[in-house]
Amino acid sequence: MMALLEIKNMMVEFPNRRGNFTAVEDTSIEVAAGEILGIVGESGAGKSTIGNAVMGLLQAPGRLGEGKVYLNGSRIDGLSGEQLRKLRGNRIGMIFQDPMTSLNPIETMEMQLVETIQEHLGLSQNEASTRAVDLLERVGIENAKERIKQYPHQFSGGMRQRVVIALALCAEPELIIADEPTTALDVSIQAQILDLIKELCREKQVGVILITHDMGVIAETTDRVAVMYKGRLIEAGSTTDVIHNPRKPYSKSLIAAVPPSNRKIERFPKVAMDDSDGGRLQNFDLSSHWLGRGKRFKDTGNALISVRHISKRFPLNSAILKRKRTYIDAIRDISFDVMPGETFGLVGESGSGKSTVARVITGIHPATSGSIVFADTDLAKIKSGAERRRIRRDVQMVFQDPYSSLNGRMRVGTIIAEPIIVNRLAGTKVERESVVLDLLDLVGLGRDAARKYPHEFSGGQRQRISIARALATRPRFLICDEPTSALDVSIQAQILNLLKDLQEQLNLTYLFISHDMPVMRQMCDRIGVMRNGKLVETSETEALFNDPQHDYTKSLIELMPKFTK
Amino acid sequence: MLSYVFRRAMQSVLVLLTVGLVAFSMFRFVGDPVENLLGQERTDADIERLREQLGLEDPFPIQYWEFLTRAVQGDLGISFRQGRPVVDIFIERLPATLELAFVSAAFAFLFGVLFGIYTSIRRKGFLTNVILTGSLIGVSLPTFLIGILLIYVFAVELGWLPSFGRGDVVQVGRWSTGFLTESGLKALVLPSLTLGLYQMTLIMRLVRSEMSEVLRQDYIRFARARGLSDRTIYFRHAVKNTLIPVITIAGLQLGSIIAFAIITETVFQWPGVGLLFIDSVQFVDIPVMAAYLMMISVMFVAINFIVDMLYLAIDPRLRDGKTSFS
Amino acid sequence: MIGHLHRIWDSDLCWSFRQSPVAMVSACISTVLIVCAILAPLIAPYNPFDPSTLNLMNGFSRPMEPNPFTGEIFLLGTDDQGRDMLSTILYGMRISLFVGFMAVIFAMVLGVLLGLFAAYAGGRADAIIMRIADVQLTFPAILVAILIFGIAKGFTPVHLRDQMAIWVLILSIGLSDWVQFARVARGAALVEVQKEYVEAAILIGRKPGIIIFRHILPNVVSPILVIATISLALAIILEATLSFLGVGAPPTEPSLGTLIRIGQSFFFSGEWWILFFPATTLLMLALSVNLLGDWLRDALNPKLGE
Repeated sequence: MMALLEIKNMMVEFPNRRGNFTAVEDTSIEVAAGEILGIVGESGAGKSTIGNAVMGLLQAPGRLGEGKVYLNGSRIDGLSGEQLRKLRGNRIGMIFQDPMTSLNPIETMEMQLVETIQEHLGLSQNEASTRAVDLLERVGIENAKERIKQYPHQFSGGMRQRVVIALALCAEPELIIADEPTTALDVSIQAQILDLIKELCREKQVGVILITHDMGVIAETTDRVAVMYKGRLIEAGSTTDVIHNPRKPYSKSLIAAVPPSNRKIERFPKVAMDDSDGGRLQNFDLSSHWLGRGKRFKDTGNALISVRHISKRFPLNSAILKRKRTYIDAIRDISFDVMPGETFGLVGESGSGKSTVARVITGIHPATSGSIVFADTDLAKIKSGAERRRIRRDVQMVFQDPYSSLNGRMRVGTIIAEPIIVNRLAGTKVERESVVLDLLDLVGLGRDAARKYPHEFSGGQRQRISIARALATRPRFLICDEPTSALDVSIQAQILNLLKDLQEQLNLTYLFISHDMPVMRQMCDRIGVMRNGKLVETSETEALFNDPQHDYTKSLIELMPKFTK
Repeated sequence: MLSYVFRRAMQSVLVLLTVGLVAFSMFRFVGDPVENLLGQERTDADIERLREQLGLEDPFPIQYWEFLTRAVQGDLGISFRQGRPVVDIFIERLPATLELAFVSAAFAFLFGVLFGIYTSIRRKGFLTNVILTGSLIGVSLPTFLIGILLIYVFAVELGWLPSFGRGDVVQVGRWSTGFLTESGLKALVLPSLTLGLYQMTLIMRLVRSEMSEVLRQDYIRFARARGLSDRTIYFRHAVKNTLIPVITIAGLQLGSIIAFAIITETVFQWPGVGLLFIDSVQFVDIPVMAAYLMMISVMFVAINFIVDMLYLAIDPRLRDGKTSFS
Repeated sequence: MIGHLHRIWDSDLCWSFRQSPVAMVSACISTVLIVCAILAPLIAPYNPFDPSTLNLMNGFSRPMEPNPFTGEIFLLGTDDQGRDMLSTILYGMRISLFVGFMAVIFAMVLGVLLGLFAAYAGGRADAIIMRIADVQLTFPAILVAILIFGIAKGFTPVHLRDQMAIWVLILSIGLSDWVQFARVARGAALVEVQKEYVEAAILIGRKPGIIIFRHILPNVVSPILVIATISLALAIILEATLSFLGVGAPPTEPSLGTLIRIGQSFFFSGEWWILFFPATTLLMLALSVNLLGDWLRDALNPKLGE
């Protein structure tokens, strides 16, 4: 049987000032009709480039260097611009990552659908309109007749992605390329969109290329999978085979790094192809080291931090007159305790208020009401500034985005030294410098890092710098706000391992915030589930996964992509 | 939406009151109005009487209120230099400036938008390079030099067009227009070219950068991925999204055309309000300065208000009050 | 040290500079013009403000031709008073550049301070500052500058007017331009304030002032630099325009604009050089600075790379 799409020895290059950057090299892939092929890989693997190259949509100055692309047996690479355009949307449809930006904001859904239908099928205005309504109904939009007259901003993210899919289906294409179609969506909506894609594929015998970084999505959705690494195809095969019996070292390490959703493992196995992991601080003894100094541990059996009924409202606009302001309640009546040495998790979808809780505890956004007791001290009752600074020093944070959490104009050494200088934690300059180097060793970066600037490091390495900075005030309580959601899965495994090691070595207490259920299962002792600014359920981790009480928790667990090895 | 219109209207009134305050403060505090009004021959009794008459003894807010009331009724004081009511002088001179501004604005918008769209679609090419180079020289060349250059070429060397003045004008009621005579139209060409060229450059650069930004958006990439033709993508999707932000700034530009007319009117001895204003600054003729300030701010505020309402009509996101301007 | 220089040389900014002949040529021209202006008292052949060196007989000498009465040769000719044009231009450029630079520095300090404060403080302070900026932006710079000039003139005693004129000019150009800096600084700072390194700085105990100046300011330098360059060109043109209109530099300290104003009256009667050379100098100055600003904006904004 002839493949629907056949890519033979594709090579894509981007000429730049230092020569040619090869984004995809010697890659051959086939897709059959009615089949979902997953292309999986970490950032820089070249997976999106393949999709764009097939569509003839490579961003300048990229070009298809070598290779052939066949659609139903006829060559489509090297077609003229006009021939390619006729192909796009007509025989190959494409779905982009972010539904919020994929639609023209100032035109109605109807206009965008109708123009696409007319472009390819040449129907009259009325026929096209009818077809547009049909399409919307098919992708699961209710009241399609009325909603089609609306503008994109009147649709939610998930609904917009449905419209994007409808737009890709306008001319009944044979092949659909979906580039990270659910990455910008919450888990519950992700499941719906993936179901829709699966259904369309079966029903219409459309071939689908699903490009993603998420192994869970691959496991749940695809028939076959191609694993890519740094522009090369590592291995391809049926999804079950590749996941359960990966043959190449990279696939093995990639799959090992994925947090399993069904059980808790102690540590992630060491990944073969990681970029930095070495120079651990040798013979580290907390009692004699700077990091162990000044600890005031009185284990009274009380919670380290007690959050009681905190709420936070934000003004939505900055009107000069007070009565003109409107507010939004980001969190409402949140209460929980975190015991010394444990990891307490907060899980929830975007907009659930979990990050706001972190910022209320740190004092970046003061609570509108409620109280926080830290180490038996009510934070609201502290009078002196010195006392406040001392407490604040004990609570530090590791941030989500390693690219924005470091000041790009400062050397790494300066970034880590800053907390020590501000809080006068080192007596001499010599001591301070040696502490900075020790911290770099501790997080596995190596001492050379101190002289470099953040842009010289990868995302995972930057996250290590961010952790070292947080440790430089000798905190007792560390808030990790989605610390790995911006990282590739193999890097995520390293950072999670590092956080576990540090907790053990330095007796740290964690508040761990994430939207990723499998990650939560690996990291947390207890978990609180948040929704729309409220804490709906708090429970021991394994109890929560095995026997969820609240309906929302049940649906979260049900809908998370299952990845089991 | 109605509340938005109301809020914008209130803001406009607030701006006008503030400008009025500035104008009034100029009257009241810059130089001594009594000294300015009375000549060398004066007695203390004269001064006293005049201070009384002008209400200079009243508290400040009352004086400001009186000033506003008079201004609304069309009494803007008497020019120190010409000794005539300021309003009369303005009515006499305003048509010249407005006709000049209208012609140059039309010219600037038309060609600015056209060139801007062209250069952002054809990013390379001979014509694009010519337009872009021309625009850089355009922003570096002061308006008055453009004027002098045009006079030299078209009036002195070629002798095609007059180098100064409005030509013959026809009175239509109190409005004197140059549109109806051949010499009037001829006289308009060089000044409006001078005034419009710089504004055209600005609008062109603005359209080009906005449109380049729009063309990088995801929805344009998605439109390509759906196989829409270049014409549809450029003219249906890109241009409309480009023109929304351009409208606001272009509105401001329209205002600045009236202000920049000061320079053009000086170079071409064009008998408009700009020339009047620059004379009043040189001779510290405060009532004329204040009146000019108020006249121009009424125009600006009106233009801004209209532009915002236009915005509301074009952008569906604003109609639902999803985003605000602040 | 050499490694450091090599890194600067190899940086993307430097690379794009070396790739752009336009940028290199305009950098050369503006540097030469600025150096000439600074060194004017040393390199100018005459001191145009010293009446003892003036000879009315030298009036209207054509460039490069011996004067029919005195036989003296002036490179760029002389004006009606017999002043050497080259020297007058050098001194005039000095004043143009001085006013331009001072006005931009004044506008930059004022605008950046207010913009950063507005972005960091947010809320009401932000709303008030930006509302003022919006209102002022409605009024074109030239109008604001003329008004401030006019008001200031009303306040200064007559005998001080000429002495104060330059400073009044700086004040009025600066005040007309601060809004650009405030808007750009605020816009860039708002992006930075959202970034997590600012929160990290708060958490380690840094005070707001230090966060603004040590963390945020260094990260918003690029767009401010671009605006400063473009503003310099605009300020030079604005100064020339004001002086041309007769509301700028006084005849006792003529800037390029004043010279053009003087030259205009002779231009159409055949003495073209009195206008032509100051005008060309002004154009070269404004164009080279503008081209530099244009290049800088593209080079610092990788998004625009095609």
